[in-house]
Amino acid sequence: MQNSPDPALPLLEVRGISKSFGAVRALQEVDFTLRAGEIHALLGENGAGKSTLIKVVTGVFPRDAGIVRIGGEEVAPRSAKAALAAGIATVYQEVNLLPNLSVAQNLFLDRQPMRFGIVREGEMRRRAKALLAEFGLDIDVAAPLGSYSVAVQHVTAIARAVDLSARVLILDEPTASLDRHEVEILFGIMRQLARRGIGIAFVSHFLDQVYEISDRITVLRNGRLVGERETASLPRLELIRLMLGRELAETTSARASVGEHKVREVCASFENYGKAGYVAPFNLELRHGEVVGLAGLLGSGRTETARLVFGAERADGGKARVEGAPVRLQSPRDGVRHGFGYCPEERKTDGIVAELTVRENIVLALQAKRGLHRPLSRREQDEIARRYVKMLDIRPPDAERPVGLLSGGNQQKVLLARWLATSPRLLVLDEPTRGIDVGAHAEIIRLIRELCDDGLSLLVISSELDEIVTYSDRVVVLRDRAHVEELAGEAVDVGNILAAIAADGAGVAHEGRA
Amino acid sequence: MRGLPPALITAIVLVAGFAACAVQFPNIASTRVVGNLLTDNAFLGIVAAGMTFVIISGGIDLSVGSVIGFTTVFVALAIERWGMPPLVAFVAVLALSAAFGAAMGAVIHVFDLPPFIVTLAGMFLARGASFLLSTESIPITAPIYSTVSDFALRLPGGGRLTAIAIIMLAIVTGGALLLHLTRFGANVYALGGSRTTASLMGVAVGKMTVKIYMLSSLLAGIAGIVFSFYTSAGYSLSAVGVELDTIAAVVIGGTLLTGGQGSVIGTFLGVLIQGLIQTYINFDGTLSSWWTKIATGILLFAFIALQQGLVALARRPLAKSAGAAT
Ligand SMILES: Nc1ncnc2c1ncn2[C@@H]1O[C@H](COP(=O)(O)OP(=O)(O)OP(=O)(O)O)[C@@H](O)[C@H]1O
Ligand SMILES: [Mg+2]
Repeated sequence: MQNSPDPALPLLEVRGISKSFGAVRALQEVDFTLRAGEIHALLGENGAGKSTLIKVVTGVFPRDAGIVRIGGEEVAPRSAKAALAAGIATVYQEVNLLPNLSVAQNLFLDRQPMRFGIVREGEMRRRAKALLAEFGLDIDVAAPLGSYSVAVQHVTAIARAVDLSARVLILDEPTASLDRHEVEILFGIMRQLARRGIGIAFVSHFLDQVYEISDRITVLRNGRLVGERETASLPRLELIRLMLGRELAETTSARASVGEHKVREVCASFENYGKAGYVAPFNLELRHGEVVGLAGLLGSGRTETARLVFGAERADGGKARVEGAPVRLQSPRDGVRHGFGYCPEERKTDGIVAELTVRENIVLALQAKRGLHRPLSRREQDEIARRYVKMLDIRPPDAERPVGLLSGGNQQKVLLARWLATSPRLLVLDEPTRGIDVGAHAEIIRLIRELCDDGLSLLVISSELDEIVTYSDRVVVLRDRAHVEELAGEAVDVGNILAAIAADGAGVAHEGRA
Repeated sequence: MRGLPPALITAIVLVAGFAACAVQFPNIASTRVVGNLLTDNAFLGIVAAGMTFVIISGGIDLSVGSVIGFTTVFVALAIERWGMPPLVAFVAVLALSAAFGAAMGAVIHVFDLPPFIVTLAGMFLARGASFLLSTESIPITAPIYSTVSDFALRLPGGGRLTAIAIIMLAIVTGGALLLHLTRFGANVYALGGSRTTASLMGVAVGKMTVKIYMLSSLLAGIAGIVFSFYTSAGYSLSAVGVELDTIAAVVIGGTLLTGGQGSVIGTFLGVLIQGLIQTYINFDGTLSSWWTKIATGILLFAFIALQQGLVALARRPLAKSAGAAT
């Protein structure tokens, strides 16, 4: 393992891999080559087969055909443990850690420092602290992992994989729930590892990040390899064409129609609304046909605001009104009753029911809203499912497939469809485009605009400032669990948002690229 | 640390219950009664220690009562009829029960079957096998039995700490160390968190499953031997329903039935609570012994409600600390 690798020799060679799930051909004769010391992006639309390729290579799924070589030697791992023994460390897309164990146990599971057959708890904690410090995280490593935010859990998963000091490191959408600051730290570590000769493969839907960090790019489409290029010589539009197999209609980044339509009546308003220790009291007015963006760093109170608005969390002060009439929002049920919808950030724990089919997942909220004594007929369900599968381009377009078998991005679309199906008057979207590919991303942004033109009121949380600027009429900026600024009209731009986030010098370190 | 807060509650309940009993019957607060309580519940403490591992790992083992029954019959027959030296008989029966547990674990893992079903089948199998061996109660007269029964450490105040109580205390201590201090123990919690995730993190889930059920059956075998010392007999109908008492002790001890959290110490306290209720009823003299079951049932309800409450509480701060932690 120590001998310096010959750069000409590929570190990880994947040849002719095929994999079918029943009738679905998820991978067909895919090749993939990773050299020592390179950072290699694996790209493709939702459902292209990226995660499947990773799982087949690391032995989580058995493969139908093909070979894998590491350093010229053929390997056929049959479990993640065997893959690790062969030199591949992986962070899978579904952040895979154990919430019931302490952070330290998660980092060192199955490789704890031992003495006389006994785990050296103190030593393990010390090492865990040191390891997380490299990622800029200073937390109590003896606390259960589940008591921390998704971002912390994600960093922990990455830190674990990095520390396994394998020859190959695979990261499936590692940056999906990280903020800019954490992404910078991760990239710093990735570069450092690459310099040490480790080959890194990573999946991401953030093309900016791909261009920032990767040396080469491999693109998959519909389970087939469509190309492998040097990042430097692959223009962005060409990359998108490779991924989608068509040109992307120019929809993004133009703040075109925003602000042009006339402002309509107030849909919901909140006055001095807040909860002690959760979010400071705020005033918020949401109008029909308007998108309000919530911007701020992770932990600034964005999700908390959304949960209060929806009723998932009880306010301890202030007034809420819907269409002018005072209402009480004590539970998500109240929210649904008043025509609110909420698409949470954590689709796996808060939303998707993996065993149910796409159709059942889509009609879930609508059925709950109608009440159990008025069941939707199967015809109606089929009709609704068909409409949204088409509208959001859910793939494969099979409404009877269990959602758990869909790719991560397509699960996200199903969740969005569930709330759209209830025809809400106010829809709260927490990171709606996370894990969604460029094509669908543009679709969703277009959809957001269209919905607004139909009079829907939207409250959208996003860490992508470019994106939030694209569709928001107004942007509320949060910092330290308080609403600190509201930008409207011409003032809505990335620079102003960043300035508001970083005011007082707080978070200057987080600034980064816009 | 893990699992201790619920176990702490169990400890408080035990101390409070003991104090209340002692107020009514001052004699209860004597080393004699406490010594007897440990002796009477020695076999239960031993199986419950094994069951704790199984339940924390997200499984269940319904076969333990039958394994105890089988062990007593096998040991009695081997010593009395087949003329085996007692120690050889013990080793043989422990090897058998360990293999039995390993086989159940392998079936659970390889065929991906629910542990409930597999161990239910195991329960019928082991009970059936003991009936095949013999349907009558076989007294054991080997000298080692009287030696062991007579052996006891004298406690101040006239109490006796018998050999089987000592075995139980040793196993509980060993079990606690195994669970909390070793890699094996950490993997047990990992399996209880999520089998898929544990396997993606590199835990050898199959091997672990086999080992955990093997441990449980092995401890049931030891409990069976202890039970045969306790009754000086082997009987195919002994320890019927003990699996349920065991599960109750584990749950009252603060182990989550869904897995992932718990402790052997808590289970030990759960066993003592059940023993205390039994002792109280014996002292009272007018109550039917079935009140033990009723009291256990009520306690179980209380503890499950309490756990749900704790779980809900544990979720709440999560939302709060969600951002603050970053
Ligand atoms: N366990 C499974 N059973 C059946 N089909 C599956 C399974 N896992 C994945 N698939 C299918 O295989 C295809 C590829 O999925 P995969 O998860 O690899 O996509 P992906 O490229 O990672 O997408 P995303 O960017 O959305 O994560 C999809 O059509 C998906 O529905
Ligand atoms: Mg994926």
